[in-house]
Amino acid sequence: MRFKIYRYNPEKDQKPYMQDFVIDNVTDDMMLRDALLIIKAQDETFTFRHSCGEGVCGSDAVNINGTNGLACKIRCSELKQPIEVRPVPSMPVIRDLVVDMEQFYHHYRAVKPYLTVTDPVPEVEFRQTPEQREKLDGLYECILCGCCTTSCPSFWWNPDKFRGPAALLQAYRFLADSRDQATAERLQELDGPYRMFRCHSIMNCVNVCPKGLNPTEAIHSIKKLMVKDLV
Amino acid sequence: MSIENLERRRFDTLVIGAGGGGLRSALQLAEDDAHVAVVSKVFPTRSHTVAAQGGMNAALANVLPDNWHWHMYDTVKGSDYLGDQDAIEYMCRAASHLVYELEHQGVPFSRMDSGKIYQRPFGGQSQNFGGEQAARTCAAADRTGHAILHTLYQQNIRAKTHFFDEYFAVDLVKDKDGFILGALVLEIETGQPLLIEAKTTLLATGGAGQLFRTNTNAHINTGDGLAMALRAGIPLQDMEFFQFHPTGIAGKGMLITEGARGEGGYLVNKDGERFMERYAPHAKDLASRDVVSRAIATEVREGRGCGRNADHVMLKLDHLGRDVLYTRLPGICDMSKTFLHIDPAEEPIPVFPTAHYTMGGIPTNRFGQVVVPVDQGEESIPGLYAVGECACVSVHGANRLGGNSLLDIVVFGRAAGNDIKKYLKNNRHHRQIDDESLEQALTHLQRWDKGKDLGDGSETVSGLRAELQKTMEDYCSVFRTEDVLKEGLDKVLALENRMKNVRISDYSKVFNTARIEALELENLVDLAVATVKSALERQESRGAHSRIDYPERDDVSWLKHSLYYKDGHRMDYKPVTLKPVSVESFPPKPRVY
Repeated sequence: MRFKIYRYNPEKDQKPYMQDFVIDNVTDDMMLRDALLIIKAQDETFTFRHSCGEGVCGSDAVNINGTNGLACKIRCSELKQPIEVRPVPSMPVIRDLVVDMEQFYHHYRAVKPYLTVTDPVPEVEFRQTPEQREKLDGLYECILCGCCTTSCPSFWWNPDKFRGPAALLQAYRFLADSRDQATAERLQELDGPYRMFRCHSIMNCVNVCPKGLNPTEAIHSIKKLMVKDLV
Repeated sequence: MSIENLERRRFDTLVIGAGGGGLRSALQLAEDDAHVAVVSKVFPTRSHTVAAQGGMNAALANVLPDNWHWHMYDTVKGSDYLGDQDAIEYMCRAASHLVYELEHQGVPFSRMDSGKIYQRPFGGQSQNFGGEQAARTCAAADRTGHAILHTLYQQNIRAKTHFFDEYFAVDLVKDKDGFILGALVLEIETGQPLLIEAKTTLLATGGAGQLFRTNTNAHINTGDGLAMALRAGIPLQDMEFFQFHPTGIAGKGMLITEGARGEGGYLVNKDGERFMERYAPHAKDLASRDVVSRAIATEVREGRGCGRNADHVMLKLDHLGRDVLYTRLPGICDMSKTFLHIDPAEEPIPVFPTAHYTMGGIPTNRFGQVVVPVDQGEESIPGLYAVGECACVSVHGANRLGGNSLLDIVVFGRAAGNDIKKYLKNNRHHRQIDDESLEQALTHLQRWDKGKDLGDGSETVSGLRAELQKTMEDYCSVFRTEDVLKEGLDKVLALENRMKNVRISDYSKVFNTARIEALELENLVDLAVATVKSALERQESRGAHSRIDYPERDDVSWLKHSLYYKDGHRMDYKPVTLKPVSVESFPPKPRVY
């Protein structure tokens, strides 16, 4: 099986280049991460992030044949050859497939992604009905891999101001939580022309999310809450 | 790089590891205005707590009657009486409060119609000291670890904890009096070493599942903190007890939660027989993990395995119905479809016992203090703490119950945080680090620098790691014997010796993962020797340590904790704490499920 892998080591390369690799005996169930590990065994200098190998840690987001995804969740046999693997777009490349995620994390922290409760807490758990809890499904499962945000053209244009789909999904995860008491502050923080309203429903985020989540819908829900807040 | 021009930072507390244990401690300290740094070799939410599925035990009694004392009994019995009963009592008593606290912090637990937290049955749980099945495991679908880890990270963002993301901890540093004073760490992105000086250091680096070829663990689970402790002269406790989870995906290793059986799934062999009825007539598929793993391995050994090679059994779930499966167990449905192209609502999942959890670890007391034998008693090592999978309190003894590891990390993460606060009050000033200790740490790191890497290149990191993992799987697995362990020990000692031949081919400063993996392999090799040596010495069967040549538990000779020292591969032993804090002891008795 043939691979084209993005290589760049700032210590020795003037500019990035694509390197060809061939792997023999690729089984039908081999994941792309397995293939990258075989390449790493052939060439120790090849660098990428990965850890759990089962799609829950979110380390190995890469761009595969032009589309973002997790290397551990994609079968090689389902990809067109040569399989082109690049770092996720729009982020500064540190080395090979490793990018600097700081801006992504900054936007995440900026939406205050933690439950805010001002009333005294009960001695036992807050009561939350199954229906209220169901509103968090499709939101809390985010693994912060960055596939969505780095595939979003609005983020490419305004990476410093637009929060991006992942952070906005997190913002809605707390807005949707019956226990949270900071709705007004959260909505106010997202108001203005950039932080949320740069989203033009392009929906790349939905197409690439390896967990099947829908940030665009979450953003629409935030907008609805804002309208409700106004009237 | 010499020690004079080494960059230095100072904190009250250095936490190494950003899984649930490290983050819970950090939160406790940050909320108390302690100056705390968390060092993690991956971004915190990539830590392996994220992969825990089934849930966290606490006797909330939301579904069935329960109380903490029954939980304590089950945990002591599950540990095959090797658990320390003071620590177990403390953990089980604290459990409910800590679940409520996590819920208040935002963990999206699944709910019952009453609005209370949903709890599912798990293995080894009973009501009324060995009676009917209990339902004690608080769950957020089958993503409980993810939910807890993200929430704890989020709370640390709120508390403004200082994070050093993607820094690798190399070695502990100390002074001449043996106070632990922080660690030498390596910034992965730049390759720069950094000395973090701290009045207290907490190891929360997780387990060493990468010792075995097929494991449920992440690539990062290389037991770094355990090996750092060994190099600092601290023994490791009960390393022969490694948990094999009954239901890893056969041949691949991904975890299928015990919650799948808790929700009503069961195991079948090639004849379609529900074989657990023979091994555990009462608890059946919800017997303790060691019992179920041995049963599966026995079925396969005796020719009743499934598949072309008869090398696994099947986990049947389709009878639960699509609705229950996709509501209660969405994560494992997704995983099964992704990695096997199997929809569990239609077909069973092929499973086999898979290396999962390090019961042994750095010896601590129930305050998280690292303790070592001195004369007839034991003493704590000033300034050093350990919690979670890298520690051995010991609440899990010879076999951990499912749902007790998420509990362990928050209970003892908080306990260590509280004790560190006290320590800081009595130790207000930084002490002077001994240059020799720092020099040693730097020399260790520089082994992998250009010009100092003196390996002849006849071995590679990936080659040796694969051989080590295969050796551990072949020689130190579910069933063990003297002959096989002896051969295994020779092999891992040979591997230890061959480490000197390893040469890496990447000396770049920028995000050099070849060097990180070399450092991780050094750690794994030390832990492999610790595990096999401890297993060889223990001549009995207890919990996860099952000796074919010594099939019975031997409380007369072996109701004691093992301690392994790196220096001379020496073994020592210490008594099990059978006396709880306030209740009557549960004396050892035959363990049947």
